[in-house]
Amino acid sequence: MEHITTPKVENVKLLDRYTNRKAANGTLYLTATHLIYVDASAEVRKETWILHHHIATVEKLPLTTAGYPLLIHCKNFHVAHFVIGQERDCHEVYTSLLKLSQPVKPEELYAFSYNPKMSKENREIGWKLIDLKVDYQRMGIPNDYWEITDVNKDYEVCNTYPPEIVVPRAAHKAVVIGSSRFRSRGRIPVLSYLYKENNAAICRCSQPLSGFSARCLEDEQMLQAIREANPGSPFMYVVDTRPKLNAMANRAAGKGYENEDNYDNIRFKFIGIENIHVMRNSLQKLLEVCEMKSPSMSDFLTGLENSGWLRHIKAVMDAGVFLAKAVKDEKASVLVHCSDGWDRTAQVCSLASLLLDPFYRTFKGFMVLIEKEWIAMGHKFSHRCSHLDGDPKEVSPVFTQFVECVWQLMQQFPCAFEFNERFLLEIHDHVYSCQFGNFLGTCHKEREDLKIFEKTHSLWPFLLQKRQELRNPLYRGFTAYKELQPNTLPFSFQFWCGMYNRFDKGMHPKQRVLDHLLSCMSQKMKLEDNASELENKLPFLDGPLPSEACSLSKVGNAASKTPMLNTPQDYGGEPPPVLSNGASAGAIDVMSGVDRKHKENPPHHQDLRDHNDTIAVLDSEAKDGKPQHH
Amino acid sequence: MEFAELIKTPRADNVILHRPFYLAVEGTLCLTGHHLIFSSRRQDNAEELWLLHSNIDSIEKRFVGSLGTIIIKCKDLRIIQLDIPGMEECLNIASSIEALSTLDSVTLMYPFFYRPMFEIIEDGWRSFLPDQEFELLSSVTDEWRLSCINKEFSVCPSYPPVVIVPKSIDDEALRKVAMFRHGSRFPVLSYYHKKNGMVMMRSSQPLTGTNGRRCKEDEKLINATLRPGKRGYIIDTRSLNVAQQARAKGGGFEQEAHYPQWRRIHKCIERFNILQESLIKLVEACNDQSHNMDRWLSKLEASNWLTHIKEILTAACLAAQCIDREGASVLVHGTEGTDSTLQVTSLAQIILDPRCRTIRGFESLVVREWLQAGHPFQQRCAQSAYSNSKQKWEAPVFLLFLDCVWQILRQFPCSFEFNEQFLIMLFEHAYASQFGTFLGNNENERSKLKLLQKTMSLWSWVNRSEELSKFQNPLFEANSLVIWPSVAPQSLQLWEGIFLRWNRPSKFLDEAHEEMISIIKYNKELQAKVNALRRQLAEMETDERMQENL
Repeated sequence: MEHITTPKVENVKLLDRYTNRKAANGTLYLTATHLIYVDASAEVRKETWILHHHIATVEKLPLTTAGYPLLIHCKNFHVAHFVIGQERDCHEVYTSLLKLSQPVKPEELYAFSYNPKMSKENREIGWKLIDLKVDYQRMGIPNDYWEITDVNKDYEVCNTYPPEIVVPRAAHKAVVIGSSRFRSRGRIPVLSYLYKENNAAICRCSQPLSGFSARCLEDEQMLQAIREANPGSPFMYVVDTRPKLNAMANRAAGKGYENEDNYDNIRFKFIGIENIHVMRNSLQKLLEVCEMKSPSMSDFLTGLENSGWLRHIKAVMDAGVFLAKAVKDEKASVLVHCSDGWDRTAQVCSLASLLLDPFYRTFKGFMVLIEKEWIAMGHKFSHRCSHLDGDPKEVSPVFTQFVECVWQLMQQFPCAFEFNERFLLEIHDHVYSCQFGNFLGTCHKEREDLKIFEKTHSLWPFLLQKRQELRNPLYRGFTAYKELQPNTLPFSFQFWCGMYNRFDKGMHPKQRVLDHLLSCMSQKMKLEDNASELENKLPFLDGPLPSEACSLSKVGNAASKTPMLNTPQDYGGEPPPVLSNGASAGAIDVMSGVDRKHKENPPHHQDLRDHNDTIAVLDSEAKDGKPQHH
Repeated sequence: MEFAELIKTPRADNVILHRPFYLAVEGTLCLTGHHLIFSSRRQDNAEELWLLHSNIDSIEKRFVGSLGTIIIKCKDLRIIQLDIPGMEECLNIASSIEALSTLDSVTLMYPFFYRPMFEIIEDGWRSFLPDQEFELLSSVTDEWRLSCINKEFSVCPSYPPVVIVPKSIDDEALRKVAMFRHGSRFPVLSYYHKKNGMVMMRSSQPLTGTNGRRCKEDEKLINATLRPGKRGYIIDTRSLNVAQQARAKGGGFEQEAHYPQWRRIHKCIERFNILQESLIKLVEACNDQSHNMDRWLSKLEASNWLTHIKEILTAACLAAQCIDREGASVLVHGTEGTDSTLQVTSLAQIILDPRCRTIRGFESLVVREWLQAGHPFQQRCAQSAYSNSKQKWEAPVFLLFLDCVWQILRQFPCSFEFNEQFLIMLFEHAYASQFGTFLGNNENERSKLKLLQKTMSLWSWVNRSEELSKFQNPLFEANSLVIWPSVAPQSLQLWEGIFLRWNRPSKFLDEAHEEMISIIKYNKELQAKVNALRRQLAEMETDERMQENL
């Protein structure tokens, strides 16, 4: 709290980014965890909550006639443009937010103070919800070829790997240790996914320290052991997910890639996914496009193209598809690496698993997948998401890209996933929120040192509680689709408005099929209960009722009616049509539209970050276990 | 003329049909006067492909030795390939297809030969008559009248025989106004907004010319639609520049001095070959599977298709906004008033009027605002994206309208009674059909062709429950509100159902649709069951009570 000098500022305006509508006027509060803006100009109290950890940048803009502007960009792509009356207030809020959004010490992270009033037992059970060993068992491991080893129990082999890793049975400890010395940061080849149908495996590691000519017998033996663990195939793929040029440049630093001549029966392949710096810049450009004020179609499409974002998404997807095809169609094992094997490798391995195995498309399975390929294998969430004040060059939207690839798959296979888009957005929010311990730190060892498992809560039970609203009503179940073979032609990829313009509600469909179907699902349960209750009351009833005797009633649908928040945009361009009273079109109705929403449409997401929530939500959040800060 | 003269080789065996995402099939190809028919010989999987010659946009032929290949590109954007053994047969078939797909006489078209195999319950030619429309109007206002001034198409060749005009303007005045408007398309009522009594009218450009001609009757006519002290908006679908240039050719726009109660807004909606080029480029981009992401996005951008969508929607929203939000009457026109004008007036009605979002209401809208209003379908839809002729009058004006409707449907998925398939069906029939509905360029031509007597109406076929069920949107819940779509680029998408339809398998999307239907259907059945049980329980309780009382 020592960073908050001004906990409350009155007469603050919140500008709407896209229209010339009248700005909201209200009060800004700073709490230990959130910035809260309460709009007093609306008839119904309207709140905007911004978690300090979600703040990416705070900027003071030049003075305007309305006051001192403060522009806040969030990591979940929320953009808030405040105007504060007094320069002093603006500056104090600014300095407070800079400090609050960039904690220096890990103990300052929200997860360590977050207290949902859950019993110790339940908290511990929460952490045990996802058990990677169970997933390996599901793959049939241990078996004749693969074993779970504790060779890394003291992090001696690799300090960014978890204590337990899966390696070929044939690879003895000496081979493992030897190989680890030949791999960047000791990240040896380990199993990521075993495709039980044909024993082909996806394995992952970091780049070899091969330089221009170095070789390592143990590493060669390690790869041989992986290949031989799949007796059905005479060869294995080694996939370097970097562009060839980048990999070659690494040779000068004593790193590089596998020489096909030194390893028996490998097929080596580059898949050019760009590095974290290119991806960071690409996202930056994409967001600039998303934030353009009334762009033309050409501006938008040209900007989208120039950002390169969808090109990168396609590259990741193509790589995932290559892996899945190699495993399923060619029955060959694949070893994947990039440089350190914790960014592109994590994207590609998790995507391939998702394509091959319907389990990973369930709630539980997707959690397992993230725990396994991202958290356990040392994706540096803390650096990539800039949880703490650190090197901005380490920040990169690697995980965001993975989430988007999953969303792109959901567009092509609407019935194949147990969860819906909101589940992805929730996870994406919490990767940055630091509210739960899962994504803190950079690797398993660091999370142990931070005592994550003792001091914080796991995200997964929290999400499972909300599964009713996060489920996909169209899901056809586990057995409906086995492997997915997505179309990766460029036109199969769409711009994800729901992510990058998520807080610009005016751009989204005003009625959502998802909402409609979710309300059908809950209505269905009620009706089924009603039906069985009534059937019990009718003891003499035998046999099903003839359905033609039933009149179709519309009563049922009333419950699922989705109220609309719908007002015209500024269609006039220039010059805007002038109203008789001189105001621009729609200005008055905007407010009444908001009112209507708040009367008719209780917020769907009872979520602290949803900027439209009312105070009533606050109370229910407190009941849900989130603390209130005053 | 006998079609037989054009068909030298009516039948070829061992023809191989190639289609994207299907295995090649071998079978027999037959040519009839109006169809290309392919039927596979395989017993296990007998399938037939019937293609209307009028659906064929262009054909290409290639030869490798004596094996000929014909690539057929259709107006519905599908491309198929036929491998035909024998050079002569192939050449014969190709030239027959070429001749049969480009018949120059309308009366040789299939609708004049088509005999329906279904029972006609309702004659679609009589489903949407202007009198009915006027009756509806008269129930809410008496400020308008039905004028028969154009009975013999003598005043305006592209208008229907009857039009709705302000009651205070007599036919004599109308005649004068007609002289002052391009193609005699004087201002007529397009839409009456019940909520506030504001109206939308449409016309063609006024013939002001360079010396600023004026017409008192024209001014009086449009002023008759204004409430005392109120202003109206004229939405000119051309840029100011284009409108100014039109004066040199005798056209022009309403001068502020002569129309002081009207405020003119210029919106730029493209026309003719610019739109046709746009469609050609877009379809080319969609069909080329060798593009990388950058090339695809740059081709999509360069096609300008979505730009046109955004412009048309924006103008329509503006018109709707003037009427609903500002309580002002609106007059919409461009040059001829047969293309961009109709896009704007019909889309504005979809935004404003819930009736237009029902199946019958939408059909009625297409009849009123497109067919009767004189959109020259035959010219505009003569060729589609594979056209080589590049005729000035070909343009996907109606397809753009349907695309805009699809964009609104996507943003308001529960507010429309019809689904995407309904829009796709209308697109197909506008370009090639067994029905007479979209033949001719206006009511005048249709009446000369005696379409009512000689052909079947599309609506007779669509409005039967078997067909309707395919076009119903399971999510529909009547929504009486005005629906304001977003026109931000992020909110507009490529219409995959049309442009990627033949370029990717739709299995998974179809399954999602089925799943959605079954969820909603199950709920409805469940609700019916609960209601029936409740009733039964209530009856039993009444019986018991009666017995107790005895």
